[in-house]
Amino acid sequence: MKTKKINSNTLLLIITIALFFVMYLAGCVVYSAKGFTHLQTFLNILINNAGLLCVTCGMTCVMLTGGIDISVGSLIALDCMFLAVGMERWGMSAPLLCVLVLVIGIVFGIVQGFCVGYLQIQPFIVTMAGMFFGRGMTAIISTDQVSISSNEWFVNLANTRIFLPFGAYTNNKGVLQVPYIRITVVVALIVLVAIFLMLRYTKFGRSLYAVGGNEQSAVMMGLNVPMTKLKAYVLSSFLCSIGGICFCLNTMSGNVQQATGLEMDAIASSVIGGTLLTGGVGNVIGSFFGVLINGTISTLVKTNGKLLSSWSNIAVAALLCFFIVLQSIFANIKAKK
Amino acid sequence: MENNVVLTMRGISMTFPGVKALDNVDFTLRKGEIHALMGENGAGKSTLIKCLTGINAFEAGEIHVDGINGPVVNHSTLDAQKKGISTVYQEVNLCGNLSVAENLFIGREPRTKIGTIDWKAMVKRSQKIMADLDMPVDVNQNLEEYSLALQQMIAIARAVDMDCKVLILDEPTSSLDDNEVEKLFKLMRQLRDKGVGIIFVTHFLEQVYAVCDRITVLRNGTLVGEYPIADLPRVKLVAAMMGKDFDDLAAIKTDETTDFSHAEVLIEAKGLSHKGTIKPFDLTIHKGEVVGLTGLLGSGRSELARVIYGADRNQTGTLKVNGKEVNIKAPIDAMNLGMGLLPDDRKAEGIIGDLSVRENIILALQAKRGMFKLIPMREQIALADKYIEMLQVKTASRETLIKQLSGGNQQKVILGRWLATDPDFLILDEPTRGIDVGTKTEIQKLVLKLAKEGKSLIFISSEIEEMLRTCSKMGVLRDGAKVGEITENLTQETVMNAIAGGGSNE
Repeated sequence: MKTKKINSNTLLLIITIALFFVMYLAGCVVYSAKGFTHLQTFLNILINNAGLLCVTCGMTCVMLTGGIDISVGSLIALDCMFLAVGMERWGMSAPLLCVLVLVIGIVFGIVQGFCVGYLQIQPFIVTMAGMFFGRGMTAIISTDQVSISSNEWFVNLANTRIFLPFGAYTNNKGVLQVPYIRITVVVALIVLVAIFLMLRYTKFGRSLYAVGGNEQSAVMMGLNVPMTKLKAYVLSSFLCSIGGICFCLNTMSGNVQQATGLEMDAIASSVIGGTLLTGGVGNVIGSFFGVLINGTISTLVKTNGKLLSSWSNIAVAALLCFFIVLQSIFANIKAKK
Repeated sequence: MENNVVLTMRGISMTFPGVKALDNVDFTLRKGEIHALMGENGAGKSTLIKCLTGINAFEAGEIHVDGINGPVVNHSTLDAQKKGISTVYQEVNLCGNLSVAENLFIGREPRTKIGTIDWKAMVKRSQKIMADLDMPVDVNQNLEEYSLALQQMIAIARAVDMDCKVLILDEPTSSLDDNEVEKLFKLMRQLRDKGVGIIFVTHFLEQVYAVCDRITVLRNGTLVGEYPIADLPRVKLVAAMMGKDFDDLAAIKTDETTDFSHAEVLIEAKGLSHKGTIKPFDLTIHKGEVVGLTGLLGSGRSELARVIYGADRNQTGTLKVNGKEVNIKAPIDAMNLGMGLLPDDRKAEGIIGDLSVRENIILALQAKRGMFKLIPMREQIALADKYIEMLQVKTASRETLIKQLSGGNQQKVILGRWLATDPDFLILDEPTRGIDVGTKTEIQKLVLKLAKEGKSLIFISSEIEEMLRTCSKMGVLRDGAKVGEITENLTQETVMNAIAGGGSNE
């Protein structure tokens, strides 16, 4: 049915996916002795980045409207701290805390979305205020590092391994290793699929593209632009809170400095995945691969063992440059046509 | 309401602060006609359209739309669309990053049973719409892959598919080439035959005669009249738009038309152009000559001047000053060659409101000398006093902020600014707009005096009499191109004929 010619955006997505596979295969070849070829290495990338994936999905939606949300890192810190202190000091029930965290996310998003959509304030400024607020609130709750250990439900949830029915192997000590994922990966993948479908098959999803493509036109075509933007920020903060729970399940602690700069990882993953900062172009499939590339880079650096972990930052920086230059080249070609 | 009328507007009035934008204007649109709405810039065309589509609120009058009982007041474009009034603007108001099908249907997408977007149905219906209108478009492609003309037509298709009875096309052809315009016209005729009433707003006279059935002319916010196209030949249309009737115009001739063909050539432009504003033109200006540029507002008069001055960089052609070929990249180059430009929009491009009269006068000279060679205060005061005196600027003192002066006096200050640079060549774009008659005459006298001193000038004005009094040669512009030059027999009638095009076609 669809016989779309490959346009530059699809090409960018293909480049991203190809880059991931090249990078991963290179890792397999170079570090095969260190176990890079095992399925579990890949699954660990997913496990370590489940939170980031949720956040990136939300970030992509906001960036599609031409906006940006730099509050997500702080919001995650706030979520984690709230969960940790709630369980350890206030003795609240974990499921209730999780629901509260989601509510916090929604309220956070409504305030930011209202400022951006209806008051027409620059998204960068609004979410920067959100960023300071989130980090500040985290410190007000507690400045200590709070570890979660007493809440059985939460600890069990964090330790649950979902074993896969394939890819098992025996390691060199003769122990059978069955590859597994954690509950966070399942959550993140559900989020990914849901957002993918939402972007393609709902009016809201298409409105995000329309608003980012040409706001003026979107108004003229009768779309409710302020509401669309508000919903985008609510979605971003909500997904960020889901990501926050995943993050907490990974780290099992709350800490003021947690997830510092995570917003930048999310933006980088979106951009590497083909989302334009100017809005209107992008897809969560690309963002997914953006996150995977991000994860692969740090895994490669870690597997090497001798490199400083800062090298992964430099690699991400180089990749970002590469993709932004690529995007602008494509945009120029298009403009000349 | 007559039964073939789809839209009537009666007695529409509205004021912007200080200006009566529309005064008791009537407009009638019938089924299956293409109706041109004509008038110079500021005549009230856009305001009338905006009253109709709900962007502006009108103060008095009634709008009736076929099929709706009672007067209609729209509060937004969306509101108007729901009542069958759709507008397609010069800039395509669609999203280039979405597919053609989506652009046709966004906001009203076909849904599946579970409420998600039914892409298959959307694509199918889009294909049918495109096929019905004979448009060779793959609806799955992104809109931005298509030419502006096709995008324009897709915008129209969207409007028509939303059951519009009244289709407003606001300057739709401004960015299209001739071929594309023809395609658009074909579509317009097709829609007319289907019974859509089309309001066509344009400043291209040819296009009006190519496609319209009827013309309504506005001037200064009032209705001049509604005419079937056959009753209003071009010259009469121009006369109606400009408010001149050459029967009752006394011929005001210049005292003598000097022959400049032997004088030294100062400026010689060959094939200069700037994409989108002015097509290639030639222009020769002799020393001591005043050249007028005439044409309807928006015909490219100012644009031509801007290219010579380097405000818009020329993309083709060559410019010679004093016989030497020069390359003007920016206004500063032009200034160094002894040129000056008095822009038509003095608020936006001319005065600097928060500086004093003195500072405004020395501004250009300072820029010409360079930022670090500050003009001594004594010289500044002398210059300021000289031009305040010479131009009779009515100001409390030379240190008064220029924004406190009246429009006419601001204009004189800016004129003084350029005279201070002692230019050989001065472009005056509408120097007399919005100033009183007395000052106008003074400025005209000044122009003639400067010419006598051997300076050359380009004089742009909407008032033909004024140009007849000052200019020895007139360049005629139409639709962004210089279409002719009148050197002999400069009269109101020859000039208006030239503006209308096609010579005297009666």
